[in-house]
Amino acid sequence: MSEEKRLMKGNDAIGEAAVRAGCDAYFGYPITPQNELTAYMARYMLDSGRVFIQAESEISAMSMVYGAAAAGGRAMTSSSSPGISLKQEGISYASGADLPCVVVNVQRAGPGLGGISPAQGDYFQATRGGGHGDYYNIVLAPKSVQEAADLTYEAFDLAEKWRTPVIVLADGLIGQMMEGVVLPPARDPTKRPDRPWAAGGHAGVDRPNNHICSMILDPPALEASIRTRYARYEKIAKECSRSESVNVERAELVFVAYGTCARVCLGAIQLAKAEGIELGMVRPITLWPYPSAEIGRLAAAGKRFLAVEMSMGQMVQDVRLAVADSAGAGKAKVDFFGRCGGNVPSEEEVLACAKRLLAAAKVKAKAKA
Amino acid sequence: MEVIYKHPNSLVNLQSKYCPGCGHGVIHRLVAETIDELGMQGKTIFMNPVGCAIWADLYFDCDTVQVPHGRTPAGATGVKRMRPDHLVVCYQGDGDLAAIGTAEIVHAANRGEKFTVVFVNNAIYGMTGGQMAPTTLVGQKATTAPHGRDPDVAGMGYPIRVVEMLATLAGTKYLARGSVDTAANVRKTKQYIKKAFEAQMRGEGFTMVEVLSPCPTNWQMSPIEAVDWLKGNMIPYYGLGEIKDELSTGAEKAAPAASATTVASATTVARGAA
Repeated sequence: MSEEKRLMKGNDAIGEAAVRAGCDAYFGYPITPQNELTAYMARYMLDSGRVFIQAESEISAMSMVYGAAAAGGRAMTSSSSPGISLKQEGISYASGADLPCVVVNVQRAGPGLGGISPAQGDYFQATRGGGHGDYYNIVLAPKSVQEAADLTYEAFDLAEKWRTPVIVLADGLIGQMMEGVVLPPARDPTKRPDRPWAAGGHAGVDRPNNHICSMILDPPALEASIRTRYARYEKIAKECSRSESVNVERAELVFVAYGTCARVCLGAIQLAKAEGIELGMVRPITLWPYPSAEIGRLAAAGKRFLAVEMSMGQMVQDVRLAVADSAGAGKAKVDFFGRCGGNVPSEEEVLACAKRLLAAAKVKAKAKA
Repeated sequence: MEVIYKHPNSLVNLQSKYCPGCGHGVIHRLVAETIDELGMQGKTIFMNPVGCAIWADLYFDCDTVQVPHGRTPAGATGVKRMRPDHLVVCYQGDGDLAAIGTAEIVHAANRGEKFTVVFVNNAIYGMTGGQMAPTTLVGQKATTAPHGRDPDVAGMGYPIRVVEMLATLAGTKYLARGSVDTAANVRKTKQYIKKAFEAQMRGEGFTMVEVLSPCPTNWQMSPIEAVDWLKGNMIPYYGLGEIKDELSTGAEKAAPAASATTVASATTVARGAA
């Protein structure tokens, strides 16, 4: 029997999806705008006999995740931007020790304490590793409450399959708004992939000791281990990158936007259509690995791009890289429109920017002719 | 012929990287013997810290989990909550536990996390080369306290008595401080460790054994001078004994230094159990 549709807040839906995915242990620390998620986990994890701890800090919460994951548990933490900065230590260690775990970032505006309104200023941090050393995390970017639930649910599987932290990069708007959501089925916790690498459970089992550790002091050995991890990253890039394309074939200009900004761009596309202008959008769903192939394909087809972000321009760099690596290199133009500080761009201002760019291009083309 | 003394099963038969006269080797052995005696080798997860004892995963013959500097009690919290039937040993130094990891130890203790911390206090940072630790004594020299620890003019603060500080927390059930300066204190320390491990497996609450330990290299002394310095300076400040004992069932006060016979028979029993 399929689940009925429920009206839920994004933060609550992420929590329920994690519970259904079989999250064994959740560790959190209060921070706005993700507090509903921690409270949701407190109630449902404790009531179902699972582990919930309100930690003394985000740093500790992440190390608790590290410990629970090391012992073979499905572990998760969540926070918002300033708290995610504190978690970078543990995320780097988890990457170095190849531990699967899920980290949810309900982004707010920075830098510093910034504000509590939605932003997308943590893109660099999320997609470039974020902590010290050479590593990447898989980064998933939901645009709706439904997708926040679905991607959180899937994040646990991806983390385990690839033995890496997975970041669900939402923002304050996704976390706080209410929408209809059909929740995924509850997982059977007895049907888990084996974790032969985990610490514990070794009584009477004939195997070498398992050492969960990120330290290798011998430079050639450390390099070899990092290269092995990067070989895995290459596979992830091949298999996991995902995006949604909207009206791209007919579009005179293609937005590139994720999360909340993708919703705004979708509205701008509809407004444009009413005016007889064809706009399209590529919406990255995985931010790492970045869906460069789709952008490259469109660049080669002569499309121009407008990256729209709630930042001063972070993801736009990946758009430029994707274009530069494509047959459209040097031809396909990439522009940027962004708001920051907790301001969500309006459909009208995004459309106005697109129209301005198209008009300027026409004037230029005429001048050339 | 009956074997009454041998290399512990839980310790790999390997020459350690520790400096001559360092206390870690003895403390490792005490932990390993106790794991053997409790028959817990197959169910022990050892949390090796950042610091000299990060090498513990080479020496202990069991699964290990290595956590960021100071976060050992947070990591151990995650491990123990997932594996409540395992013996989780959180092995920490004074920089790890009393400086960078103060929040983690205080809150793990306050939650009454059911693992045991073996806290090695040698009043100095060892691995990084002799910097001042939170437990460095007033006047004691360190690379970062070249004229000695000066709480007043230089504002270097005072040495922290960790077990006494944690004793105020309701989650802590057993807190003791031993030393490895003499054979008698070594044996007593082992009794503390055993009592703490047993309490952990009964699920009583947070347990910790602090062990005063010499660091001849960074104290810039010979091993014998270091032991004398520990005796003359550390023990008067960091009093030995069971600082807090609120254990319930079957937990008697640790007897004074055990006789050689008691230790030997305990070892035999453990071998039988393993």
